Amino acid sequence: MSRLPDQSGWRLVFLLGLLGLLVVFGATAATASDRFPGVGRAATPAELAAWDTDVRPDFRGLPPGSGSVAQGQDVWEAKCASCHGIFGESNQVFNPVIGGTSADDVKSGRVARLTDQGYPGRTTLMKVPTLSTLWDYIYRAMPWNQPKSLTPDEVYAVTAFMLHLGNVVPQEFVLSNRNMQEAQARLPNRDGMTTQHALWPGTEFGGTDRADVRARACMQNCPDAGRVTSTLPDYARNQHGNLAEQNRLVGAQRGADTSRAEVVAFAPAVPVSAATPLAAVVAKADSAASNSKLALALSAKYACTACHGVAQKIVGPGFSEIARKHPGKVDYLAGKIRSGSAGVWGVVPMPAQNLPEADARIIAAWLAAGAAK
Amino acid sequence: MVAQARAGRRDFLRNAFAAAAAGLAVPTLVAQTGPAVPGAGEAAILELPEHSRGLGQGVATDGYGRPSQHEANVQRRPSPGLTQTSQSSVSFAPLQSMFGIVTPSGLHFERHHQGWWDIDPTRHRLLLNGSEPAMLRRPMVFTLDALMRLPSVSRFHFIECGANTGMEWGNVAVPTAQYTHGMLSCSEFTGVPLITLLEMAGANLQRGKFVLAEGADGSSLTRTIPMQAIRSGEVLVAYGQNGEMLRPENGYPLRLVVPGVQGVSWVKYLRRIELGDKPYATKDEAIHYIDLMPDGRHRQYTSIQECKSVVTTPSGGQVLLDRGFFSISGLAWSGRGRVKRVDVSVDGGRNWRVARLQTPVLDKCLTRFSLDWVWDGKPAIVQSRAIDDTGYVQPGYRQSRAVRGTRSIYHNNSIQSWLVQENGEVKNVQVA
Repeated sequence: MSRLPDQSGWRLVFLLGLLGLLVVFGATAATASDRFPGVGRAATPAELAAWDTDVRPDFRGLPPGSGSVAQGQDVWEAKCASCHGIFGESNQVFNPVIGGTSADDVKSGRVARLTDQGYPGRTTLMKVPTLSTLWDYIYRAMPWNQPKSLTPDEVYAVTAFMLHLGNVVPQEFVLSNRNMQEAQARLPNRDGMTTQHALWPGTEFGGTDRADVRARACMQNCPDAGRVTSTLPDYARNQHGNLAEQNRLVGAQRGADTSRAEVVAFAPAVPVSAATPLAAVVAKADSAASNSKLALALSAKYACTACHGVAQKIVGPGFSEIARKHPGKVDYLAGKIRSGSAGVWGVVPMPAQNLPEADARIIAAWLAAGAAK
Repeated sequence: MVAQARAGRRDFLRNAFAAAAAGLAVPTLVAQTGPAVPGAGEAAILELPEHSRGLGQGVATDGYGRPSQHEANVQRRPSPGLTQTSQSSVSFAPLQSMFGIVTPSGLHFERHHQGWWDIDPTRHRLLLNGSEPAMLRRPMVFTLDALMRLPSVSRFHFIECGANTGMEWGNVAVPTAQYTHGMLSCSEFTGVPLITLLEMAGANLQRGKFVLAEGADGSSLTRTIPMQAIRSGEVLVAYGQNGEMLRPENGYPLRLVVPGVQGVSWVKYLRRIELGDKPYATKDEAIHYIDLMPDGRHRQYTSIQECKSVVTTPSGGQVLLDRGFFSISGLAWSGRGRVKRVDVSVDGGRNWRVARLQTPVLDKCLTRFSLDWVWDGKPAIVQSRAIDDTGYVQPGYRQSRAVRGTRSIYHNNSIQSWLVQENGEVKNVQVA
């Protein structure tokens, strides 16, 4: 977060010489840098400026700029709403960003809903204590498939819009590097954090060494052994797939065949059948997968999978849904991928995708052939 | 498969009995292609297989060898429905099928925040700077060439996601050890102590109280790293994993290793280190990776993975093939030091026995334990409880929930219980 616009080589030399005179500190540092001559080099000011973009809670590192709620709404609807929803409420791709806070929270600095055991989820705005966190993260990592593409002014604007969605700032608000502190002072959960725990190694946060949960190691006839309070529900037995296929084929135990109902008795209930040779299974899978592997790899490379599931809708339709609707239409699908599409599957448009035609055709051919996994 | 395995054993016993009853001697040699004489013994022995009668494959058939085709079931796997995208997601290591303490690199658990990359190492750079010029006199750039010239260390450490076992805070949710505890892996990491690089850059270690680590991928994930672990020389800028370079899914070509601290701090694709005087409250320490307590406050900067253990065999979703002898085996670890002792119970925590610890027992590393057990066919609840060299005892669910509630998501190190049912199938249960 430091900015060193005028750091010249001469100043560095001067600084090094000056510090070299300091006996204790200078001696250790000089030893370390002299120990490995020729290894590493000095960073240039431009290199530092390019990568050192982090913003701390005290706003050190924040670049100048500004953006209004109205400008933020434009950015949001173009680049954020497809994942987060028009009002930041969507849970289709990520957890909701906005919601669950009140005017009282803005006054108190604590989100009351966090004490409600029955409240279903936690939005970003319910949790975040520091405005720098939102600014820093949006600037470095958003949008999801084009991180680091927003300008500082766009980040100010979209941050202002999010705060407005949460009723933290009014409609006409303009957020800038000069009034971040003002907005910080209205953040609903600004006083909602504690560092009083033993899970940070060191004393920097004034925490404690004493573990919060303290157990004893009773060995015999332990009075507080407890009882079974929770058991895997029947519906969850096969929810992660057939567990027989997730365990080794030899050893003291096997995976349970969860594709069938649980056997009650210990002895095998069904006669032994001839097993399919494993090689045959592998060979079959290999041939079926050869075309789809490349297409799936490409769809991941070009971030198609951020919005399309293989089988299910995420933001856009699932690949298998597309395959069912457009069998054999390679040209049509390749065109849609590269030029974008609107209105075929719902209100959320797909932007034009920047990828070579050859790659688009591989994906399109796979879709047109049924989108086999 | 279970039925087959059990039936195989029964058929053998029946045949052996028949052979004995008929007074036949078990032949020592059988014609290679001929059928086994009924009762003479097992076909696996009496009928020579193809690999005993033919010519095998040549060297370097595969320039980078892979596991046997018969091990195809042993894979890292996602938990269906846990996340809506595969790029911000998790895959879990198959703990139930692993031995010893080292995680094969291809089975290492994955956690990506914005997708993984296979980065060209010749184009990767590590930059060191200060939050202000006085913090670090000489901001520096290191190439992989430069970093790999420096003296390196190789150390075994576990890495565990802070949210490991997070799905189980309220109640049992998932069937197997892979999904309850599989955001856990252990490797030998090779790299340069971060303190060496900071000293080379002229860091002011009196004023510098926090380090920011940043990745080069789309998320450019950042975390505040504790100085205590840096000063001690434990934190490594690592490029090696189990004798080869890091896997792309695990940060190739460079990642931070922060022993004892949750995995999110082990920043992958590490591109920048900043020394500063204040913490950073990054997205993953102000919005995620914060622990909700019953009073509605979140604990911030929770980092240490406390002492924990899990029995991996037998474990949930497995079926015991027979009654009789079993070696109960599992993993124990502590982010505060070494595992001192592991106790195992087969009666739901009423009585405990001290398990054997398999060497090596290393600092902030997985430790393998085992205990002999004869299963009588009756229901049994198998648990393990680890104690580390600070004297900390792994708690049960009742004790954890009394302090931390059930909505924390992170840092669930409660005792795991597996119910071995009369039918041999093992179920995930909780005892509280």
